[in-house]
Amino acid sequence: MKRGPFIPIVATLGFIFLYAPIISLVVFSFNASKLVTVWGGFSTRWYGELFANEQVLGAGLLSLQIAASSATLALILGTLCAVALTRFRRFRGKTLLGAMVSAPLVMPDVITGLSLLLLFVGLQELIGWPAGRGTLTIIIAHATFCMAYVTVVVQSRLSDLDISLEEAAQDLGATPARVFFDITLPIIAPALISGWLLSFTLSLDDLVIASFVAGPDSNTLPMVIFSKMKLGVSPDINALASVIIGIVALGVVIATVLQLRRPAAARS
Amino acid sequence: MVQASAPRIPWRPWGFIRDLMGTAGMRGRWVVIAPPFLWLLIFFLIPLLVIIKISFSQSVVGQPPYLPLLTLNDQGDVQLTLHLSNFMYLGQDSLYLAAFLSSLKIALISTIVALVVGYPIAYFIARSSDRWRNILLMLVILPFWSSFLLRVYAWIGFLKNNGVIDNLLQAFGLPQVTILYTDFAVYLGIVYTYLPFMILPLYTNLVKLDEALLEASADLGARPFRTFLSVTLPLSIPGMVAGSLLVFIPAIGEYVIPQLLGGPSTLMIGRVLWDEFFSNRDWPMAASVAIAMLVVVVVPLMFLQRAQSAVVERR
Repeated sequence: MKRGPFIPIVATLGFIFLYAPIISLVVFSFNASKLVTVWGGFSTRWYGELFANEQVLGAGLLSLQIAASSATLALILGTLCAVALTRFRRFRGKTLLGAMVSAPLVMPDVITGLSLLLLFVGLQELIGWPAGRGTLTIIIAHATFCMAYVTVVVQSRLSDLDISLEEAAQDLGATPARVFFDITLPIIAPALISGWLLSFTLSLDDLVIASFVAGPDSNTLPMVIFSKMKLGVSPDINALASVIIGIVALGVVIATVLQLRRPAAARS
Repeated sequence: MVQASAPRIPWRPWGFIRDLMGTAGMRGRWVVIAPPFLWLLIFFLIPLLVIIKISFSQSVVGQPPYLPLLTLNDQGDVQLTLHLSNFMYLGQDSLYLAAFLSSLKIALISTIVALVVGYPIAYFIARSSDRWRNILLMLVILPFWSSFLLRVYAWIGFLKNNGVIDNLLQAFGLPQVTILYTDFAVYLGIVYTYLPFMILPLYTNLVKLDEALLEASADLGARPFRTFLSVTLPLSIPGMVAGSLLVFIPAIGEYVIPQLLGGPSTLMIGRVLWDEFFSNRDWPMAASVAIAMLVVVVVPLMFLQRAQSAVVERR
């Protein structure tokens, strides 16, 4: 079909819109001047300061720990939930389970954060657990909203899956647990990986929910960045952003290359 | 020595879980259903009920900063005190209504702009060659995986006075404009942040579009624009709805973007809730705002999303 220049031009502008702020952010992270927007020559000074900043490094480490724990928890809970919703024909509370697991997807962060905080405060008064707020409460909160995303991802993979494979295993005498671990799990493994990665990213990215349920000693990286940002723009945040964007870009590029290679390898 | 060739046993790291479950006699569906069900009950449903409870209590200075609903008085009676003033205040003070309306307006306009900007990009990607398509998709997804907060931060450096945009305008001899800390910056921030969510469902929809329909339309004498209006556009409505919901839903309760890019007068309900909680330390009032948000915004959105996914499933 013949194509006019309109769509390519608009699409190019769209991509410029997506990338111009990021590129300028990275460029100014190498700026010698403290003024973020005035070019004062090339320097890696801010990277040096970043890696000497223990508050930022500590917060980064804490965020990674929280993200890994909550993503793993969300993966287990979300996979179980997806299996229950797609493979079990009918059980008491199925509608409720479906509603509860999809609701966090439309729930504003401020409400999720506030409601969990009020729960934790109430629980502490009633049964003394959790004692105070901190890393544990953030992990619980993140696992709760991340499991909704895992459920969606795994559910769609499960419903695409050829059910006759599972039936064949069952006919050959495998128990449901054995069918799941030997047949279903290996097939849905890619969905599990993307569900875990998605949860990991969402947890690493969350500011609002963590701010509500965090304790005084558990400042995650987004919370530290946010408090620095409120004081204004500073070049070490640019350096930090460039590091994060670099890691993410590398990961995404590798994933895409692997994905592009796979069909080619299958064809040859 | 001749070795009998044993059948190769595939490596299954999770095998031990299966064995454990078997020895514990744990068969049956409840092993699967119970953990997610109980988890969501405790950490999702009950917290919502707690919000309702707190919204009816009275704010006090103390720890926790609210009064209990149930109290035991001198005569040994249990008294239930429902403090309705939070909700009455919600109706009386025009700030809350204004914040609701302003959130709706900002979310709606941002969604429309994201649709207008995202559609050509999605269309372009869907019509590219296979090779380019994956690269372009990767370029759309990449910003999503990097930190949301830092992408908003990028706009601060871009928009502020003497920032990149400002310097560019001055270089061309144009007058200085203030963009940062205005509503306009909030629109920009929301569209920018959630654009991938608009593009991806649109792309998934447009890529499935049958080229034969477009050719048929062209063969019947329709100009490209006419074909677009009467074939492509109506067929992409499910993608448009899905993308719009994915932008509108997070935009309506947004806190970070109006806080960082908006001015002091940028009213959004998420920001109001945050300030009630963190600045005023009025937990019951924050809870009432949350309940109002739930009733006015979240419940209708849930039904809308349900209806929309039901339509998608039927196709």
